[in-house]
Amino acid sequence: MTQAVATRDEASLDTIVLYTVTGLLALGSILATAFSPDPSFRFHGYVMIAGFVTAFCVMSVGIGSGRFRSDPSRYSDGVVRAGVIATMFWAIAGLAAGVVAAAQLAWPNVFYFPDAGWLNFGRLRPLHTSAVIFAFGGNALIATSFYVVQRTCKARLAGGAWPWFVFWGYQLFIVLAATGYLAGITQSKEYAEPEWYVDLWLTVVWVAYLLVFLGTIWKRKEPHIYVANWFYLAFIVTIALLHVVNNLAMPVGLLEAKSYSAFAGVQDALTQWWYGHNAVGFFLTAGFLAMMYYFVPKRAERPVYSYRLSIVHFWSLIFIYIWAGPHHLHFTALPQWTQTLGMTFSVMLWMPSWGGMINGLMTLSGAWDKIRTDPVIRMMVVAIAFYGMATFEGPLMSVRAVNALSHYTDWTIGHVHSGALGWNGFITFACIYCLVPWLWKKERLWSNTLVEWHFWIATTGVLLYISSMWVSGIMEGLMWREYTPQGYLANAFVETVAAKHIPNIIRTLGGLMFLVGALIMSYNLWRTIRMPSTAKAELESPIAAAPAPVAIAAE
Amino acid sequence: MSGLTYEAVARFAQQGGTLYFAAIFIAGLIYALWPRNKEAFRRLAHLPLEKDESDHV
Repeated sequence: MTQAVATRDEASLDTIVLYTVTGLLALGSILATAFSPDPSFRFHGYVMIAGFVTAFCVMSVGIGSGRFRSDPSRYSDGVVRAGVIATMFWAIAGLAAGVVAAAQLAWPNVFYFPDAGWLNFGRLRPLHTSAVIFAFGGNALIATSFYVVQRTCKARLAGGAWPWFVFWGYQLFIVLAATGYLAGITQSKEYAEPEWYVDLWLTVVWVAYLLVFLGTIWKRKEPHIYVANWFYLAFIVTIALLHVVNNLAMPVGLLEAKSYSAFAGVQDALTQWWYGHNAVGFFLTAGFLAMMYYFVPKRAERPVYSYRLSIVHFWSLIFIYIWAGPHHLHFTALPQWTQTLGMTFSVMLWMPSWGGMINGLMTLSGAWDKIRTDPVIRMMVVAIAFYGMATFEGPLMSVRAVNALSHYTDWTIGHVHSGALGWNGFITFACIYCLVPWLWKKERLWSNTLVEWHFWIATTGVLLYISSMWVSGIMEGLMWREYTPQGYLANAFVETVAAKHIPNIIRTLGGLMFLVGALIMSYNLWRTIRMPSTAKAELESPIAAAPAPVAIAAE
Repeated sequence: MSGLTYEAVARFAQQGGTLYFAAIFIAGLIYALWPRNKEAFRRLAHLPLEKDESDHV
């Protein structure tokens, strides 16, 4: 395809198209900023100008010096290396924002900044959630998907320079979203706060991502599509669908930041939680299961426990998840049968979720000793165990009677963090510990001892976090429903807030420990990258021969 | 207008949905358990383990 045009000396067609598009975007952002009457829009206009003009200049120099040529006989790993670095960068940023937000809840008088409104809890909280889910998680998904799809298809990434457009375009989306939250530019939809023009930009980037991924699968030399790629594809396609539908909105003006959603009332709530819960199901579950299905067998050097189970639980998972959203709207204006539908499908999710957990854990059969000897394997096992726990707890909380106690309390926060820190965080860290020596051609990590420290500090942190939130959530839920013998509510709301002081301190400590673990990891990775490379110093790996002879281990 | 009452649409959605889900699930099971696919799945389960110059230097 595009590689046919590429030669080692002149820029290929895909590069020229990307260069032109970048130039037009730079010009367009300058014009839009110049003519916009809205200061919020102009603020984001300056961010876009900085991004697009820098990209245009870098491309001009790069094309001039022939840096955009590509070698079709090798994997395209530069963009994966950039993705690994971005993942760790946003991990630190997002976790730090979370620790500050937690400290604001624990010590509201100390961490209250009346002169810096942009640092208030209401601004930092969406910054934290989006930074950890979309910036940290998203970069991890894009980077690992680019790595895994090349290896399992035995083909170089499609689209020439366009994977770089996906990478940098996604970083621009993150910066626009994050600065928007701090500046108060939001459409007030949870996990979908960015305004319409940022949503449009993400749509463009996401379609490019889908095309790069599909293009690579299209030119695969392996006849079958490996199960990890099915999970990645379900993640990419469904997120595109959810994002476009939930963000349908009418801007106030073409050069104005503010917009109004196409939905209102209970339709808006249902659409929002159809989006919100499937962001959990397809972003934080399907995509991360894809990571599990490549990196766990690879690291354990054991085949996937049951490939059949992976097929059955894949199709069950994606068909059932899409219906579970209404469990977020128990006891609301949503018709009760719809609430029951959401609850029923959530309970049904137990089976495909645990199918994935069993398949991940049992892949270690024959290699259980590695849990003791390899801290990275241990991290994977703990991640999968947390996946099993979080997906056991979730269906339980979706039951209307349980939800009556748990909803709006810290129990929800504890549940989310057992999934996000325990499952998404740990499986990502484990994959990156695998990837860095592979991508930078090192024999091993700089220090296994530091991985041990990271593992134990972070695991203790997660346990402190989720147990304190369980205690505080159930206490709070019970206090809200406590009546006096005369039939009045026994507690004022502020009394329930005061009662959560100690759990809030423990959760801040837990979050801080998780952040410290990530800092230790970043230092270890930096030292690994700076270690002398082994053997052939060429970073780009040759593409494996296909169809490769299969060495099936004696069983 | 007898065909388009709320009850009729709901019944169609409920029963049709049940059949549709059951059909998809059974199709998935048949594909996963089809004897001719066994060898391919065995090979695919080992796919990540294939020695590739890229990951072990």
